[in-house]
Amino acid sequence: MSDKKQFMFLNRRAPYGTIYAWESLEVVLIAAAFEQAVSLAFIDDGVYQLVTGQDTTGIGMKNFSPTYKTLGDYEVRHMYVDKDSLEARGLSVDDLVVVPWEDWETEETVDNIVEVVDSAKLAELLEESDVVFSF
Amino acid sequence: MKFAIQVNEGPYQHQASDSAYQFTKAALEKGHECFRVFFYHDGVLNGTRLTTPPQDDRNIVNNWVELAEKYDLDLVVCVAAAQRRGIVDEGEAERNGKDATNIAPRFRISGLGQLIEAAIQCDKLVVFGD
Amino acid sequence: MSDLHTVNKSPFEKNSLDTCLRLSKAGSSILLYEDGVYAALAGTSASEKITGALADRKVYVLEPDFRARGLKADRLIEGVEMVDYAGFVDLVDACSKVQAWV
Repeated sequence: MSDKKQFMFLNRRAPYGTIYAWESLEVVLIAAAFEQAVSLAFIDDGVYQLVTGQDTTGIGMKNFSPTYKTLGDYEVRHMYVDKDSLEARGLSVDDLVVVPWEDWETEETVDNIVEVVDSAKLAELLEESDVVFSF
Repeated sequence: MKFAIQVNEGPYQHQASDSAYQFTKAALEKGHECFRVFFYHDGVLNGTRLTTPPQDDRNIVNNWVELAEKYDLDLVVCVAAAQRRGIVDEGEAERNGKDATNIAPRFRISGLGQLIEAAIQCDKLVVFGD
Repeated sequence: MSDLHTVNKSPFEKNSLDTCLRLSKAGSSILLYEDGVYAALAGTSASEKITGALADRKVYVLEPDFRARGLKADRLIEGVEMVDYAGFVDLVDACSKVQAWV
């Protein structure tokens, strides 16, 4: 097997209206077991996946949003949010989940791996990745 | 060059399955290796042998099967997505108490790890979706 | 080597092309296929997006999809190159990776 690859999971769809967000998350959880460098990018309606206060009791669907908060435990190191997409939807980082991260070996901790980035930075990050998964 | 192909949509509703098939066929004809075609989301519906399109339409499922026979292509249907959408092989039928199977020949049902493994092993991942 | 971006949505229906153009870097390539091919036509409200991209990126259109939709080669934006499926494979072969804006 080759060295660690930089995996980037592209999330561009809102939750519940379609299953893409939920099944994409399932792939991320599995990817953790393969010891690759996993990052997520939330672009366009994908930013709605991270909004707090989701309540699905009235629609009979599973609320999978709490899972995002645990991604730090699944070896996910970065969750990038596209600034333009966020602002276009009248949202700010305060509307989004907080995802803590801890390295069990070095005990290094990060309070929140959710990071708002501008287009130039995001383009850079996408280009630096080895594999981009789209769902 | 070693390719992995991911198909996110079912046949007929979207062009994604046709595009993925045409791409995979062209890649194989050019002598590239297609390590695996991984069917996810509604893409798992590419793997039912019960598909019966009208005679004057293409049979996408059979197209995959024929390509797999010719090139020994690995066609993998995601188990979690397949269970949701009723794509069943003998193992799944037994495990979940179902009275029938519908998996097409040459397709196999397996876990999401097969997609991750393909992405690690291959030079390129090409995604077809909506 | 640089990335290949694939866009399969009409620019009149979805913002996939806009996001792709905003987040693709100079020197990368863009392949328009399926309903994405409508973006390759001159004289539309979306044409300027492609002519702008051509300044620092290469733009390709998948000919089988273009022809299937009754589009005419003389309406193709100047600088956009036609490829067939074998050409699509060559683009993937030549790029460092594929970013699919599905």
